[in-house]
Amino acid sequence: MRVGILGVGLLAAGLEGWPAGRDVLAGIRPFDPSTVPDPAASLLPANERRRSSDCVRWAVQVAQEAIAQSGLDPHEVATVFASSGGEMDVLDKLCRALAAAEQVVSPTLFHQSVHNTAAGYWGIATKCQQSSTALSCYDDSCAAGLLEAVTYASVEERPVLFVAYDLPAPAPLHGARPIASAFAAAVVLAPSVEQALAIADVTLTPAAGREVSPALGQEFERLRLDNPAARVLPVLQALALGRRATIDLNLLDDQRLTIEVEPCRR
Amino acid sequence: MSNRPMTPLTLSAYTMVTANGRGIGAVSQALRERRSGLTLCDFEDVLLKTYIGRVAGLEDFSLGENVAPFDCRNNRLAWLGLQQDGFMVAVAEAIQRYGAGRIAVVMGTSTSGILETEQAYRNRDPLTGALPPGYTSHYRYTHNMYSLGHFVRAYLGLKGPAVVISTACSSSAKVFATAARFLQAGLCDAAIVGGVDSLCHTTLHGFSALQLLSASPCRPCDEDRDGLSLGEAAGYALLESSERVGRKGAVALLGYGESTDGYHMSHPHPEGAGAIRAIRQSLDRAGLQPPDIDYINLHGTATRANDAVEDKAVYSIFGEGPACSSTKGWTGHALGAAGITEALIAALCLKQGFIPGTINCERVDPALRSRILRENEERPIRRVVSNIFGFGGNNCSLVLGVL
Repeated sequence: MRVGILGVGLLAAGLEGWPAGRDVLAGIRPFDPSTVPDPAASLLPANERRRSSDCVRWAVQVAQEAIAQSGLDPHEVATVFASSGGEMDVLDKLCRALAAAEQVVSPTLFHQSVHNTAAGYWGIATKCQQSSTALSCYDDSCAAGLLEAVTYASVEERPVLFVAYDLPAPAPLHGARPIASAFAAAVVLAPSVEQALAIADVTLTPAAGREVSPALGQEFERLRLDNPAARVLPVLQALALGRRATIDLNLLDDQRLTIEVEPCRR
Repeated sequence: MSNRPMTPLTLSAYTMVTANGRGIGAVSQALRERRSGLTLCDFEDVLLKTYIGRVAGLEDFSLGENVAPFDCRNNRLAWLGLQQDGFMVAVAEAIQRYGAGRIAVVMGTSTSGILETEQAYRNRDPLTGALPPGYTSHYRYTHNMYSLGHFVRAYLGLKGPAVVISTACSSSAKVFATAARFLQAGLCDAAIVGGVDSLCHTTLHGFSALQLLSASPCRPCDEDRDGLSLGEAAGYALLESSERVGRKGAVALLGYGESTDGYHMSHPHPEGAGAIRAIRQSLDRAGLQPPDIDYINLHGTATRANDAVEDKAVYSIFGEGPACSSTKGWTGHALGAAGITEALIAALCLKQGFIPGTINCERVDPALRSRILRENEERPIRRVVSNIFGFGGNNCSLVLGVL
């Protein structure tokens, strides 16, 4: 399946936004992950932003960055949101409340606990009525989401916004799913490669004989292995370096999502 | 552009477990006998006055040694579903035909095994606050959102692509759309679609907090309806291209439509704009017009808002044409499993020439304009639309029909 990449969004400590993050990933600027970003997610209406979780703000931030770069009207763009665990912070608050004697649950907290919370807030912020899918595939959520998004663009012949995000869970839930640092990334994919900043040829291939592609540089490889959403880093590095590359993302150990990236312009 | 008619996908095998019983036979008998599965809530220590569609026997067994780490209420229900209607045999035959690597697993759930996490939080270490070690080492297999897909894929011995879709109530309706795309793109030759959601404190107390739980068995489309009843269920279908397997007289997925409201996290769009979009898309993909539809299985949760808005959307497209009913009075609202169970209820209605009425609906709300059916009807039908709408304004409509 061939798709065009029209826009990219990126957010992690030391990788704040695509223009700056691209230079860091390409080795032009140093990687300094000492400050954790606090994204504005300015597209969210003030009311929604006030009560939204960090997960929502991170996901919306990279989504709005990628959409802005694509030049597309978000109204017209379907979405696929991939996250291993979704709203872990909300789930922690809910389970604390449910473990208390009174079992009083806030209605807002409850509707924010669904896996499609970030997708839903994005839809509300953009008033988009296109298809929206939220999914998980544990450590391979990013590859599974990318597969869903690329398949959507190819079969439905429509542009799609793909967002991958996972944030560290608070204690004590952190012990069940240790993720050290937050990561979110987004790409806008289109069935046509016109105006694309890169072309991606995506195939599902058997795992045998295909090593999973590492990220370049120890610090990025650590980040890739730490956070399921960061499994996309080798793809972003190819885009940052403006290099043709063949990248194999793991998909359930039996398979690889093989992505041939070919940049169109710098 | 898309919304072109799709190649119908044959449901080569299907099965479900709901509060009404295990397997298609038990569910179909309950529908015909108008026997609701809803009972006064006796789930764990929950004190809410509400009715639930509880699947019997989930406390009486645990998962066997091969899949022991997956053991939790949600995966027990998933396992129980797989044992009915010869589904395992049908999957084994599909593996013979295509190979394990060519069969996709696309599951839907809204809360996965969250009950395990709820229990773990009750059993935190009083000194450190830590969760029990037995819980943390099993989180991946129980509560993580992918756990259901992981379990089904491992238990069936499949090696193709797999994913869990979690878009609240629409989760296991959307699995049909994703599977249809996977098949169309040649990523697999067959797909196991399904959904499992089980009772937990989060949804019982959550819907109670939203004041959406009825204190009596839910009454979809009734003028005095006052909220939903929660249920739990598991359902699966084996999908294959009708061009490959044909099967004249078989039930097939003819179309799907997916949309969002872009309006509110827990209230439907007042004009049903997203719902209308999903229904129209599903008809387009099926290459059908509104008069071609014989029956609509409504989302029909029995909340004031859902039934009113859904009626607006349905009436705007179909007028007084097809018979409409909600089967939530039988099963309760199975949330992430509602899509698959209601699609399969549609399938059994197509096979058996039968339309369920709407139990517990004593007087149809005069404000609703669609043709709401209260009593069951025995007559052949050929095309059914099934609607599912969920939190986040996430909508999916399916068209099923006889080939």
